[in-house]
Amino acid sequence: MRLTCPLCGDRDRREFYYSGSEDTLTRPAPDAGDAAWDDMLYLRTNPAGVTKDLWYHESGCGSWLVVTRNTVTHEILATERVADRKGAPK
Amino acid sequence: MTRIAGGLIDRSRTLTFTFDGQSFQGHPGDTLASALLAADVRLMGRSFKYHRPRGVLTSGSEEPNALVEVRTGGRQEPNTRATVQEVFEGLTARSQNRWPSLSFDALGINDRLNSFFAAGFYYKTFMWPAKFWEKLYEPIIRRAAGLGALTREADPDAYDKGFLHADLLVVGAGPAGLMAALTAGRAGLRVILADEDFLLGGRLNAESLAVGEQGSADWARSAAAELAALPTVRLMPRTTVFGVFDHGIYGAVERVSDHLPAPVQGQVRQTLWRIYAPQAIMATGAIERPIAFDNNDRPGVMLAGALRAYANRWAVVPGQRVAVFANNDDGLRTAVDLQAKGVDVVAVIDSREGGALLPGIRHLRGASVVDTSGRLGLTGITVEHRGRRETLAVDALGVSGGWNPNLGLMQQHRARPDWSDEIAAFVPARGPKGLVAVGAAAGVFSTHGALRTGAEAARAAAEALGRQAPYALPKAEDAPYRIAPLWAVKGASRAWVDQQNDVTVKDVKLAHQEAFSDVEHLKRYTTLGMATDQGKTGNLLGAAIMAELTGQSIEATGQTTYRPPFTPVSLGALGGRSKGRDFKPFRLTPSHHWAKSQGAVFVEVGMWLRTQWLPKAGETEWRQSVDREVLATRASVGICDVTTLGKIDVQGTDAAAFLDRVYANNFASLAIGKCRYGLMLREDGMVYDDGTTARLGPNEYVMTTTTANAVLVFRNLEYARQVLWPDLDVQIISTTEAWAQYSVAGPNARKLLQKLVDQDISDAGLPYMGCAEITIGGLRARLFRISFSGELAYEIAVPARYGDGLIRALVAAGEEFGAVVYGTEALGVMRVEKGHVAGNELNGTSTALNMGLGKMVSRKKEAIGVTLSGREALVAEDGLRLVGVKPVNPADAMKAGSHFLKIGAAPTVENDDGWLTSLVYSPHLGHYIALGYLRDGARRMGEKIRVVNLLAGTEIMAEIVSPHFIDPQGERLRG
Repeated sequence: MRLTCPLCGDRDRREFYYSGSEDTLTRPAPDAGDAAWDDMLYLRTNPAGVTKDLWYHESGCGSWLVVTRNTVTHEILATERVADRKGAPK
Repeated sequence: MTRIAGGLIDRSRTLTFTFDGQSFQGHPGDTLASALLAADVRLMGRSFKYHRPRGVLTSGSEEPNALVEVRTGGRQEPNTRATVQEVFEGLTARSQNRWPSLSFDALGINDRLNSFFAAGFYYKTFMWPAKFWEKLYEPIIRRAAGLGALTREADPDAYDKGFLHADLLVVGAGPAGLMAALTAGRAGLRVILADEDFLLGGRLNAESLAVGEQGSADWARSAAAELAALPTVRLMPRTTVFGVFDHGIYGAVERVSDHLPAPVQGQVRQTLWRIYAPQAIMATGAIERPIAFDNNDRPGVMLAGALRAYANRWAVVPGQRVAVFANNDDGLRTAVDLQAKGVDVVAVIDSREGGALLPGIRHLRGASVVDTSGRLGLTGITVEHRGRRETLAVDALGVSGGWNPNLGLMQQHRARPDWSDEIAAFVPARGPKGLVAVGAAAGVFSTHGALRTGAEAARAAAEALGRQAPYALPKAEDAPYRIAPLWAVKGASRAWVDQQNDVTVKDVKLAHQEAFSDVEHLKRYTTLGMATDQGKTGNLLGAAIMAELTGQSIEATGQTTYRPPFTPVSLGALGGRSKGRDFKPFRLTPSHHWAKSQGAVFVEVGMWLRTQWLPKAGETEWRQSVDREVLATRASVGICDVTTLGKIDVQGTDAAAFLDRVYANNFASLAIGKCRYGLMLREDGMVYDDGTTARLGPNEYVMTTTTANAVLVFRNLEYARQVLWPDLDVQIISTTEAWAQYSVAGPNARKLLQKLVDQDISDAGLPYMGCAEITIGGLRARLFRISFSGELAYEIAVPARYGDGLIRALVAAGEEFGAVVYGTEALGVMRVEKGHVAGNELNGTSTALNMGLGKMVSRKKEAIGVTLSGREALVAEDGLRLVGVKPVNPADAMKAGSHFLKIGAAPTVENDDGWLTSLVYSPHLGHYIALGYLRDGARRMGEKIRVVNLLAGTEIMAEIVSPHFIDPQGERLRG
């Protein structure tokens, strides 16, 4: 498996740490209630198809990335630094 | 000797080898199979289940029968295919699965008892009593139906792993692969051409065809020579591309030294290559399939293409009187080639009706072979022709049921192949991105077709890179391949489908009858297509017979999933250098070599080696050393290497705010020049890690983590910084390796350090929990007044390169105080005596409240894990609390892992009151002490409780006490 890091380019999968679904990007407010926290911490969709998840370029630039990929075809559709996302706080 | 003229062997040199102890000779270019056939050895093994005598079926890596043990000692290798093992001087090979000898095998009786061994027999036969399975049935079955054996000696050879990048990978060096590599290589592409054979050329070496103005083998040699001279082409013979992985990654194993008695000095046995190639051409050829007819498994019956290959490439004819049984035109070539070489071709049994007859050969149309004879080797065949049966005396029979494109790599990604009626075989459909099939692998069987499709694919690969790759094809045959499918000849006895696993037509019928009709079920029920050859010759035959039984098409019946590896890959190659001491790297602290010179005993912590204890002369038991280290530290002073703790520099104008969010307790209020113990939670509220963080300047902090979690904490901090709070101005960097750090603890710690430190470190100069940037004889250093042992203690850090010098300086300065160097065991004893939590308590299921640190979790700010640490179940009044435990009778030794039970309570899960987490012998107190999590523990001080270990069968009466066994008021720390 290969991932294209926006900073480092086309790299081997073993340089990256996999951290699961991008669901954890949306951290509920402290008073959001049990359901919201439960959702963020424990509930995951497991799509056959396009999914987004988080990878950390641990043996590279140290960027946390959102990777869009297809779980059926194994295609990597996009890689983006979390910090560069649209609407990400600057 | 049955050598004929010609062939691609070097007759100028002779190689001597043994098979079952008997000495034979071969030549460079020979495989073990060709050399044995040349010596009239047809019997090479016994079959898996019935112990039937077997010889070679094929001339390549698809071989199901001729499996032998080669070499001896640590290099002994079972299940080696004689058809691919190159002969070398001194090679020793032995047949397998026979006793006492290959020609007389006692378990040959199994063949007579075949009705008991039908498909699924072990599911039905060995049902009960269940306990007999492991002790009785399985060992017997394994011994009877085994393949080769290992000596269990260590493999003396080294194996490497390597990485290669190319524009184009060409797998297979037959006509299609050679032409593809030539076309791409001439255009300057970076090309890798890999082939499992030691001689490039594929079928070109096995045929008597012409390419251009040359014989096919000569053209292959010229092409290989040209490729070898091209600067951007890498030729990799003896290299099997065994797997296709995502995104243009291919796994390959290069057998660097398998053809040698032992690797040349400095060379490896095999190399596992990971090849990165955005484009790849699969030119893996086709694999011939047999026809099922009664007793079609005798030594001497082989595939027609193999028979031809042995004659053309190895100058061997494994018989004096040869017949061919075929359902296609390619099979007829075998008869023509052999007759041209002067071999007596008795008959060609052609299952097809009509059509032209071969000149000068007895060519029977509409005929079939219905049975064979010869116990240890073929002596005759029974032919049915126009309703008449006739027995022919032959000692070799070439069988061709057609050719299957070798789909192995193309279909590994689960794409379903298409069925072609024209060649009666599956052809690759769409494969993984970047991989295309050409030549016979794509179902294009003529030499011209192979050359053309190879060149076209290479040109397309070049164009994808924006390059031109013109080509001109040499002239080659473009004969049609005509086939009329025939899978199984009706018979009364047994007809083999999968010779390696002894699966017959009857077994397929039985599987169908018992509703295991799906090909995946058929495989599991009958073992069709399992083991080392993975059914390369038999799978489609089995599916076709099943299709006839179900009335479905073969296309609808399908094939089992193709998975890597294409052929077996040794564990040695997969492991590479990662074995023994090199399995993983060790990290050594700057004081390691000094400690080693002092006789230190080391323990692995994370990847580090840390001093566990440091024995003095006369100490024979570890406890003697550890007790001494603890007592001397508490009495005077001890030094401990704490370099391995994770160190992270946190800087930025928002560093304080950042720390406030990653630690559960408050950090914004930490003054410059002060340290604070910090507790890090997971988002679910459990304690994750702990350590002290020091504030060196307005925007500069140094965090420490536990040794084991250093990498993980850093990763989480990056997550918090980049993902959760990117608006904060904060930067972090790991400095674990940059600093060597030592703890100096004990009543004389200050006196010792003051001898080295240039600044005043009196209690006023550096109070408890203070930190300072200092100098030691002008060298910059950091000093933290923190304590894990409970003593007056400091941690002193210097740049890592001075670590060795500092440990020597500390020991020398400590001499007058009787200073000791202590290891992780003494560290552990002292932290338990002091009641500090560590790894055993930070077990991932414990909260700050459990640890008695509930008050540290600040509710006045938002931090990771704070919200969920307040969940109802986690804040229950009577939940687990950290307690100290001491035996009522000081002589009693509690057991690690024990559970707590009330007096009189039965040992049930409901009555479980918690467990003992850390147990040490306290030399200070003179008895064992422990920490543990006890239900409602804070309110049970002074209670007597049973410490029960059901596994060890021990029960000790103990008293619940404060976890602070020494100096509960902390007077020593502040001294």
